[in-house]
Amino acid sequence: MSESTTQQGVQLSEAARAELEKLAKRYPTREALMLPALWMVQREQGWISHDAMEHVADVLGVSPVRVYAVVSFYHMFHDKPPGKYNIQVCHTLSCSLMGAERILSHLKDKLGISAKEITEDGRFMIQRVECLGACEHAPVCQINDDFVFDLTPELLDAKLEELP
Amino acid sequence: MTQRILSVNFDTENSHTLAAYERNGGYTAFRKALRMQPAEVVEEVKKSGLRGRGGAGFPAGVKWGFIPKDTDRPIYLCVNADESEPGTFKDRYIMDRDPHMLIEGIIITCWAIRSSDCYIYIRGEYDATRKVLQAALDEAYAKGYLGKDVAGSGWRLDVTIHKGAGAYICGEETGLLESLEGKKGYPRIKPPFPAVVGLFQCPTIINNVETIASVPWILENGGEAYAAIGVGKSTGTKLWCVSGHVKRPGVYETPLGIPFRELLEDYCGGMRNPDRPLKAVIPGGSSVPVLTAEEALGVNMDYESLGEKGTMLGSAGCIVMEEGTCMVWALATLTRFYADESCGQCTPCREGTGWVNDIIWRIERGGAKPDEIALVQNLCDNMMGKTICVLADACVMPVRSFFKKFRNEFDAHIENGGCTQAQPVALA
Ligand SMILES: Cc1cc2nc3c(=O)[nH]c(=O)nc-3n(C[C@H](O)[C@H](O)[C@H](O)COP(=O)(O)O)c2cc1C
Ligand code: SF4
Ligand code: FES
Repeated sequence: MSESTTQQGVQLSEAARAELEKLAKRYPTREALMLPALWMVQREQGWISHDAMEHVADVLGVSPVRVYAVVSFYHMFHDKPPGKYNIQVCHTLSCSLMGAERILSHLKDKLGISAKEITEDGRFMIQRVECLGACEHAPVCQINDDFVFDLTPELLDAKLEELP
Repeated sequence: MTQRILSVNFDTENSHTLAAYERNGGYTAFRKALRMQPAEVVEEVKKSGLRGRGGAGFPAGVKWGFIPKDTDRPIYLCVNADESEPGTFKDRYIMDRDPHMLIEGIIITCWAIRSSDCYIYIRGEYDATRKVLQAALDEAYAKGYLGKDVAGSGWRLDVTIHKGAGAYICGEETGLLESLEGKKGYPRIKPPFPAVVGLFQCPTIINNVETIASVPWILENGGEAYAAIGVGKSTGTKLWCVSGHVKRPGVYETPLGIPFRELLEDYCGGMRNPDRPLKAVIPGGSSVPVLTAEEALGVNMDYESLGEKGTMLGSAGCIVMEEGTCMVWALATLTRFYADESCGQCTPCREGTGWVNDIIWRIERGGAKPDEIALVQNLCDNMMGKTICVLADACVMPVRSFFKKFRNEFDAHIENGGCTQAQPVALA
């Protein structure tokens, strides 16, 4: 791959850049665009590579170390490519009371991976996460951005079946 | 007596749309506010006795009054929609089902504190909710209720949603400010308080979603009418988030002061399994001291009554546990949370939450020595009140209360080399 194509792979698209500059009018500093910019990178690229962090630093006019620090601080940013489907199972108290561990062990048996791991085909990743703010539907998970409520092993199986 | 203020329209069709909100009488209170002086609006909210619903219960009107009168700097409103206190999910309901009530509350609040820029900091996991809220904002802009000239008043107001990225600590108000500024969510040392030096070094008010959503009703009906609901200094209504072993978990609104027993039996349909009576309740989100069944069944749900029982109303996340739940294991799921979520800035918190969590799990799984209970208590003494923010305290409070009220279970675990229950919780 030539230098320019690798560069392109880590840069925000024109559309995202325009969206970001429009948003810039709402903030008195460019650094405040940090989370919005990182979300855009992750939306377009699936994760945030080192090169993409440098690109963001460049766009915001801040030093790259500030971007690295932010990416590593927040649980939802991926600094490594995640699985295609990231199954985030809540294991905080209300979900635990309603059987989160049963869901996690079912997933482990089914997919042959533990939390923080990705299946060999890159399709699934499991994460243990803290309270998702949906405890009335415990146990709960999110598959990428979407909630799955009132989980049972059967419901989860059906959901995973449905995924394209 | 008005029983419901915030949830009246939760179940009406298309309740998230501007049309439905206006049909239900919405977007009239802010016009009234705009005809008043900002200071008069603040007075009205002071009169209402409305207290912050994010956890600390500080009177909203009083907080607004802390904005310096003579400042020439921009003033900001930050709406705290981070909602990450375990057991709490009410703000999600407001934003999903009545986002215009929040937006109208924002308009009134910004007018009162003389702000033209509001940010709604929403947790990253609430992406579907964020989209509903953004659509509602777009509608309000299109209608001229937000933007350069709010309803023809000549006053500008912009509202921007800022999406978090997974960090409990960004719910702490100064962690939130740092995060909004594009940094790690490290809480700031206070003072200075945000009302004086806040976002971008400017005067800033931070309020919870539910607090702001209560404001339109107060303007519409008057502070006194609001103060007439509830009991004593616990005025108005409250959204309760009930989860755990009840028949009907969910969000329920009642006036403050409702007996917990009534909330449990009449609203939640009682315990899910008649053979397993109530064992314990955490009444205000995971950070507050636990109540035994006996204490819970005798308490009223208001700031003062819960305070008298040695706990707090907090974020009103009631986590209900039935007989058969292992309290060591329950506590371990909480200490794990605090250890995971400590931002790591203060040594007593970073080291303390990690160490406490290790020991509690060792008690649960086996291998803890008898003197480790005393060690945990010692660690707690070195965490409580000794850190930049109260996350360390929020870990200590459940630990101390579980030890105090369920000590025999911890001792039995140590004696037996760990938990003897096959399932630490009874699965129905
Ligand atoms: C660790 C920690 C987490 C918090 N999380 C939240 C939260 O998710 N939502 C919230 O509204 N307040 C949260 N708070 C409370 C805020 O710091 C602040 O008191 C509140 O947003 C003020 O709004 P209010 O006066 O309307 O309650 C948290 C506090 C701490 C110490
Ligand atoms: S108490 Fe804990 S969470 Fe709060 S600032 Fe200190 S290290 Fe961070
Ligand atoms: S504990 Fe799992 S969503 Fe709250």
